[in-house]
Amino acid sequence: MTTILYSVTGLLLFVFGLFALIVCPHPLRKILGGNVMSAGIFLFLVAASYRADTGEIDAVPQAMVLTGIVVSVCITAVALVLSTRLQQAADQGARRRRKRRREEDAGE
Amino acid sequence: MKMLLTGFDLLLALTLLWLAWQLLRSTDIFKAIIFFICFGLLMSLAWVRMHAPDVALAEAAIGTGLTGPLFLAALRRIERKAGKNMMSEPAGNGEETGSRWKARNREMSPLLWTVTALTCCLAGLLIWTVLIIPRPLPGLADQVAGSLAESGVNNPVTAVLLNFRGYDTLLEVMVLLLGAITVWSITHAPFPPRVPDTSPVQKAAVRLLLPLICLIGGYLVWQGAYQTGGAFQGGAVLSAALVLLLISDFLWLPGMRSLPLRLGLTLGPLVFVLLAGFGILVEKTLLRLPVEYAGPLLLFLEAACGLSIGLTLAAFFAGGRPASDLRETPYSGEAKGKGPAES
Repeated sequence: MTTILYSVTGLLLFVFGLFALIVCPHPLRKILGGNVMSAGIFLFLVAASYRADTGEIDAVPQAMVLTGIVVSVCITAVALVLSTRLQQAADQGARRRRKRRREEDAGE
Repeated sequence: MKMLLTGFDLLLALTLLWLAWQLLRSTDIFKAIIFFICFGLLMSLAWVRMHAPDVALAEAAIGTGLTGPLFLAALRRIERKAGKNMMSEPAGNGEETGSRWKARNREMSPLLWTVTALTCCLAGLLIWTVLIIPRPLPGLADQVAGSLAESGVNNPVTAVLLNFRGYDTLLEVMVLLLGAITVWSITHAPFPPRVPDTSPVQKAAVRLLLPLICLIGGYLVWQGAYQTGGAFQGGAVLSAALVLLLISDFLWLPGMRSLPLRLGLTLGPLVFVLLAGFGILVEKTLLRLPVEYAGPLLLFLEAACGLSIGLTLAAFFAGGRPASDLRETPYSGEAKGKGPAES
């Protein structure tokens, strides 16, 4: 029962994250969606290996999830830096365009 | 008692789903990040319910304690550059695209419906798959318990991480190093971000807390051999100390040399690779450790990895190289009047 409950929760979290990843335009929201997705996958992985009847734990999925959490932080950090840089480049482009338009207006 | 626990599970699952939904649909990104931090804390409760205390610690320390501040720092960086009203727009769309984007969003609504329908189908399919999996699932718990004595540690999760599946962890440490290299290559921001002014209370609190946090981090690394804890949790706690230092604007930080930092970042991967080579020399197999020395070797490895992980995570938060490391002038429009003071 516990296993199925948490497995289903993990899958739903994965689906939520995927939906946000596709639909939301903002880069930070996309990264948040990706994080929710990975949390769902981790929850599913550990919940599937958990045996409620014997209370026995399986160390291998837990170690995998531990690895996964660290890697997902790594990916998040790189994605955040990239999106910050993207935003800066976009701002610079916008500023340059505005300047050029102003120059054109002055020329006319 | 059983009823109570089931009720708790149900409540926790519903709260997790509600928080996830809220964080993905709330209009304010700041609010979404706060929801995300709450979500991570509740996730660690769920890990405790799954009898995975190692994962719970890692989730609380890394997944929440570090990812949340990472998001907040990135949000601050984006907002400071772009002004608040840019926040609801996609990057790279120029200046007057706000209204255009919204209009296009409304136009795309059939597409949105398709995506929603497809996601619902996916959810249904996945849940159906979960319900028809034959149980109990096969696991490796017996094998792990059988060879635990050869691993040199008593905690099965640490044994799997560092000994049985050492190859995974080696690659993971490499991923961390690669992430740090990428972050340092992309941004040219000076390492300690300027903080306007720190209150004396905060400085005093940081001075008092810092040794304590380092002690807890070291204890977690040491404890990894016997019970819950390990290099990742200890490293995350250490990185929390470094993040505190970074946001408190201590005077000696801006003048910091980058060589010790670089050495610290590479220490963990280096020790891991040396240990892997040692395995080839002694046991003729990559990453296989001699049984009698496994305990001390793993402790040494954990200490080195913990230090490197802490430094790497703190470098992620800082989001740039140390100021003394910048040989060229920073990327123009990005840093006005806050370039490296030395050059």
